[in-house]
Amino acid sequence: MTRQMTGAKMIVQALIDQGVDTVFGYPGGAVLPIYDEIFQQNSIKHVLVRHEQGAVHAAEGYARSTGKPGVALVTSGPGATNAVTGLTDALMDSIPIIVLTGQVPTFMIGSDAFQEADTVGITRPCTKHNWLVKETDKLSGVIHEAFHIATSGRPGPVLVDIPKDVQFAKGEYTPKAPSKSHYKPQLKGDMDAIVELVEAIEKAKRPVFYTGGGVINSGPAASQLLRELVGATGFPITSTLMGLGCYPASGDKWLGMLGMHGTYEANMAMHGCDLMINIGARFDDRITGVVDKFSPNSKKAHIDIDPSSINKVIRVDIPIMGDVGHVLEDLLKVWKSRGRKTNTASVAKWWKQLEEWRAVNCLKFEQKGKVIKPQYALTRLEELTKKYDRYITTEVGQHQMWAAQYLGFEDPNRWMTSGGLGTMGYGFPASIGVQMAHPDALVINVAGEASWLMNMQELGTAMQYKLPVKQFILNNERLGMVRQWQELLHGERYSSSWSESLPDFVKLAEAFGAKGILCSDPDDLDDAIMEMITYDGPVLFDCLVEKHENCFPMIPSGKAHNEMIMGEVDTSTAIDAAGKLLV
Amino acid sequence: MSPLKIKKGANSHSAYNLRPNFSDVEERHTLALLVENEPGVLARVIGLFAGRGYNIDSLTVAEVDHIGHLSRITIVTRGTPQVIEQIKAQVGRIISVRDVHDLTVEGASVERELAMFKVTGTGDKRVEALRLADIFRANVVDSTLSSFVFEITGAPEKIDAFAELMRPLGLADVARTGVAALSRGE
Ligand SMILES: Cc1ncc(C[n+]2csc(CCOP(=O)(O)OP(=O)(O)O)c2C)c(N)n1
Ligand SMILES: [Mg+2]
Repeated sequence: MTRQMTGAKMIVQALIDQGVDTVFGYPGGAVLPIYDEIFQQNSIKHVLVRHEQGAVHAAEGYARSTGKPGVALVTSGPGATNAVTGLTDALMDSIPIIVLTGQVPTFMIGSDAFQEADTVGITRPCTKHNWLVKETDKLSGVIHEAFHIATSGRPGPVLVDIPKDVQFAKGEYTPKAPSKSHYKPQLKGDMDAIVELVEAIEKAKRPVFYTGGGVINSGPAASQLLRELVGATGFPITSTLMGLGCYPASGDKWLGMLGMHGTYEANMAMHGCDLMINIGARFDDRITGVVDKFSPNSKKAHIDIDPSSINKVIRVDIPIMGDVGHVLEDLLKVWKSRGRKTNTASVAKWWKQLEEWRAVNCLKFEQKGKVIKPQYALTRLEELTKKYDRYITTEVGQHQMWAAQYLGFEDPNRWMTSGGLGTMGYGFPASIGVQMAHPDALVINVAGEASWLMNMQELGTAMQYKLPVKQFILNNERLGMVRQWQELLHGERYSSSWSESLPDFVKLAEAFGAKGILCSDPDDLDDAIMEMITYDGPVLFDCLVEKHENCFPMIPSGKAHNEMIMGEVDTSTAIDAAGKLLV
Repeated sequence: MSPLKIKKGANSHSAYNLRPNFSDVEERHTLALLVENEPGVLARVIGLFAGRGYNIDSLTVAEVDHIGHLSRITIVTRGTPQVIEQIKAQVGRIISVRDVHDLTVEGASVERELAMFKVTGTGDKRVEALRLADIFRANVVDSTLSSFVFEITGAPEKIDAFAELMRPLGLADVARTGVAALSRGE
C-alpha cells in the first residue's frame, strides 16, 4: 500500500508508524512544514525545549529510561550544530535516538544560504549513520531505515537531514515493513566460544563478572538472565557506571561499581581475579586504569555485539561476538546441561577474600558538624526515595560519582548519566525526557551547581509541560571534579575552578514559577528532601555542601586497580590494612 | 602493595595516563572494501582513518557494480597487527560498508598500480630514459623534442624503482593512481 503525501506529512506519518509518542524539538525556518503537520495531528506530543542541546539530551533520557528510541526535531544551521553535543553523547553511550534536521532547499545547498550548514558532514563522525534526503519519494523509507539502524546491533544516534523543498513536495509514502536493510548485526554468539567460557566458569577459582551498559541495551531480559547466572554460579559481580541497575545493588553478590571512582572491593576483585567475564562493557580507560597493569593474572572473556570493541584496548582470551541476552541464554543452557559445575571450594575462599576487602568499607564517611557532606546528602536522598518509582539522572562531576556510589539501583533503565562523553548539562534535559516517558514517576536529577547552569533554560520547559522533575543540586560552589584534580595533580593551583557569581537558586526557581528549596543544615535535610518529593511540580533544591570534599576511592590516571587512593582521613591505615590482605 | 601517596602541592607525582604502545612491528596491509556507492561514503571511510589516527599509504575508489550501486575502495595501510585488526573492525562498522577484505592475509593476491612520469631533457639523458622505459615496459604516451610522458603499470615496488631511475634523468612530474588489488584464483 502506498499513498501520495507531502514530505512533511510523511515524516509525521513515519514517526506514528514507528510508535513514536513524543518528539523533543525546536522550530525554525527549515522545519516549518513539519511543524505545520505536527500542529494538525494529535498522535504525537511535541515538547518545546529551550535549546536544541536540551532536545537531544531529553530524547536520550526518554530512550534510556524506556528502551525505546528517542526523537528530536531541530532546524537547519544553528539548530543542527546545537544538536552535535547530544549526538556525540549518544554515540559514546550507545543510546538509540533519531534526530531530524531541516535543511535549506536542495537547489540552495552549497550556496552558503541563510542557516545553511553541512549537517551530514558535521555529524558524520558523531552519528552511527546519517542521511541527506534529496527526494521525497525516498523520505519515508529512509526514516524507517533510520529507526532500524538506531535500534539494532549496538544502538546509537542517527540523523536525517531534510531540505525544505523535500518537505513541501509530494511523494509516495512507504509504510513500515520488515526491514530489507543490509544491516543485520549478528545476535547469536559462537557456540564453541560459549562452551569455552562455560569450561572456564567451571574451573575458575577467582571469577568476577564485569558488566556494562550493553546488558541494559540488550533489554530487560538480559538483566534477568544475568541475575539468574549470578545467582546460580555465586560469582561476584561489578558493573561500570553505564551498567548500574543490571544487577540489583541490594544483591549479595554485588561489589559496587568499579573503575576510577569504583569501590575498593570491585577494583581489587578485577585486579586479583583469575577469570574476568566482561558482559557488555568496553574496557574504557576510566575502568582499566593503566592497561599494562590491568588484571595481570586473569583469563578474560568478552561478550560484545560490536566486533570493534573486542581486543581494542585489552586483549581477551575468549571473545564472543553477539547480543548479551542471546549469549547469556545459550551460556546458561550449556552450563546447566553440563551439570551446573563451579569450583565451589575455591570460589568460597575467594569470597572470604572479597569480604575482607568489603570490610575496608571504602565508602565510609563521617557527617559531623554543621556542614552537609555530599555523601550524607545522597545517603539521605537514597533512604527517603528508594521506596518510590524512582528514576535518577545526573550531571557530570563529583556529584555524579557520589550518586553512583551512594544511590542503589535495583533495576535497569533507572539510571541515566553521561558516561562516555561526560557532558555537563546532560542531566536536567535528560530528566525532562524521563519524566515525559514516566509522568507519574519520581524523577530526580542529581546535579552540581556548575553543570546545572549549563542547561538551566530548560526550567521553562519543565514549567510549561508541568513536569515535576526534582533538581537536587549538590552546591559546593566549585567545579568540584576539576578542583579535585588540581588539588591532587596540579599543586593545588585552583585555576578557574571556583563557581563565582552564582545565582540565588531559590529566586531563580521562583522567577520561572518553580519551587526553590535551600538547605544548608544537616538537621534540616530530611524535611527538606521530603518537601521536595511531595511538592507537585518542578523543584530546584539548593543543597549547600562541604566545598572541598574529594571523591574517593580514586584510581589516578596512569595507575592500576590496586593503586587506589582511599581518602584523606584514614588513607594510610585503610590501605595498609588492605595491603596485607592482598593475594 | 604500596599505596600511591600523592603529596599535596607536589608536581612530580602528576600521574597522567599515557597510552601504552603495543610495540609490535608495523605491517603493510591492502584492504578491499565493497561499499554502497552513495554520496559521502568515501568521506565516511577517510574520516574514520583521520579521526582515529590510522595511516593511509594509498587509496583508490571507483564504482564496480553499476546496477548494485557498489564501489570498491582499495586502501593500503600500515600498523601493528592489533591496529590492523582494529581498522578492519572499525571500517566494518560503517553502515555503508558491505564487506571488508584483508588481501594481505586472505591468501594470495595481485596488486597493480598505474603511474605516469614526465621526464624532460635532451641528449644522453633522454636516450637513457627511453632505454630504461623500454626495460620496464613503460609506454611513451606523449613526447616533444625535450620531454616524454611514460605510462607504466605494475606492482608499487616496480613503480618506485622506475621513479628512482628517472630522478637523475630529468624527472619533472609524477602521477600515480594508487593500488588496485584482487585476490588470486577463484
Ligand atoms: C561540557 C563540559 N565542559 C567541561 C567539562 C569538564 N568538567 C568535568 S567535571 C567539571 C566540574 C563540574 O562542576 P559541578 O557541576 O559543580 O560538579 P561537582 O564536580 O562540583 O560536583 C568540569 C568543568 C565537562 N565534563 N563537560
Ligand atoms: Mg560543584
